[in-house]
Amino acid sequence: MNKKKVRLEINGIQYEGEAEPRRLLSDFIRDDLGLYGTHVGCEHGVCGACTIQWDGNPVRSCLVFAVQANGARLRTVEGMAPDSDNLHPIQQAFTEVHALQCGFCTPGILMTVQALLRDNPDPSEAEVRDGLSGNLCRCTGYQNIVKAVLLAAEKLAQK
Amino acid sequence: MKPPAFDYHAPSTLDEALNLANQLGQDAKFIAGGQSLVPMMNFRLVHPAHLIDLNGIAALSYLRIEGGELCIGAMTRHREVELSPIIRDGWPLISECMPFVAHVQIRNRGTLGGSLSHADPAAELPAVMTVLEAKFVLRSNRGTRTVPVKDFFVGTLTTATEPGELLAEVRVPPLPLATGWAFDELSRRRGDFALVGAAALVHLAPDGRIEWARLAFTGVGERPTRAPHTEQALRGQSPTEDVVRAAAEQSSNDLTPESDLHASAEYRRDVAKVIARRTLMKAIERSRTASQ
Repeated sequence: MNKKKVRLEINGIQYEGEAEPRRLLSDFIRDDLGLYGTHVGCEHGVCGACTIQWDGNPVRSCLVFAVQANGARLRTVEGMAPDSDNLHPIQQAFTEVHALQCGFCTPGILMTVQALLRDNPDPSEAEVRDGLSGNLCRCTGYQNIVKAVLLAAEKLAQK
Repeated sequence: MKPPAFDYHAPSTLDEALNLANQLGQDAKFIAGGQSLVPMMNFRLVHPAHLIDLNGIAALSYLRIEGGELCIGAMTRHREVELSPIIRDGWPLISECMPFVAHVQIRNRGTLGGSLSHADPAAELPAVMTVLEAKFVLRSNRGTRTVPVKDFFVGTLTTATEPGELLAEVRVPPLPLATGWAFDELSRRRGDFALVGAAALVHLAPDGRIEWARLAFTGVGERPTRAPHTEQALRGQSPTEDVVRAAAEQSSNDLTPESDLHASAEYRRDVAKVIARRTLMKAIERSRTASQ
């Protein structure tokens, strides 16, 4: 198989690997680079579990080939917490109001919410719900996720 | 749910991409944002032997005004179109429609040219480009031709582009001052393709009557559908709710919706009338406000 070199930056760290053209970026990040924080759900761009940030903006990593990310600057959920003892304020808010049950959708939601709150630091509840519409959660019914995002906005404003 | 194998080509100029397409023939496909193509490959609904990636061609990504027309490079991302002040000022119908196009994660990667070339019968942008009477600039290594939007969309997932040809630019004519606009749709969930959507433009004459109105639907046929019966019924009339309601009823004559898993043809026809009325009323209101 004609593998191609893929060099990219994730969370400020340079990675290099080889990928067949058909390798999805989501699989490359998990199985080749060992960053298991990014989850793979539907693999057709509907569920949002694989959402990462590309130049700071959320995208579906299952809808991009790894070879297309050569030279890209990405962020994944592993890059959120400042260190191993502390959570990011958004993560902290999610734990405080119980915004996850099984946690499968959480990494993708965190990636989406981080960009949402950067672009709109004081969102209304309706704006939060709209912002979350591209991420499915089958456990919570979303109530506590919405609560957590609003709490996270407060926490970030206090910083 | 893994895509089939293919050879990957990453040209950095348009000429290089068009030459590759010519050389590789029918087994090759262009990939723009990939937000429809990659799912189709993951489902193995399509299996191109070669992908020609347009993402490295910086010259295909731009937004500018030329001779009054809005020119959008095919690789301009949806999100850039959505947030563009140039578009908001001159072609606010496009800005209004963008939040309905999938989700922000898709819009960050998806492109205008890719979405239009995909020609999904329930997509929003084809209907919007239809009422705006946009022109599509197609390039191949044989030359350049410009196709009006009414001839570009041929059927479900089918456009007028020939093998080896690429939609390179969309040109949107300017609208007269005080043209009112509106886009609205009904979908089962936020970000889904529309069950029915409509884009409307209305221009009022100085005496307050409707000088002209344009209306196009998405989701009710194989391609975006203009509603000439409704448009005709509005011309020269006073823009009252009763007139608009009666004109919206006429849209039934222009539509050929199909039944599917999501909605029956009859339901789509009914919803189309409601959305036609709402968008036309909103466009009238905006035209009135703008002409004061």
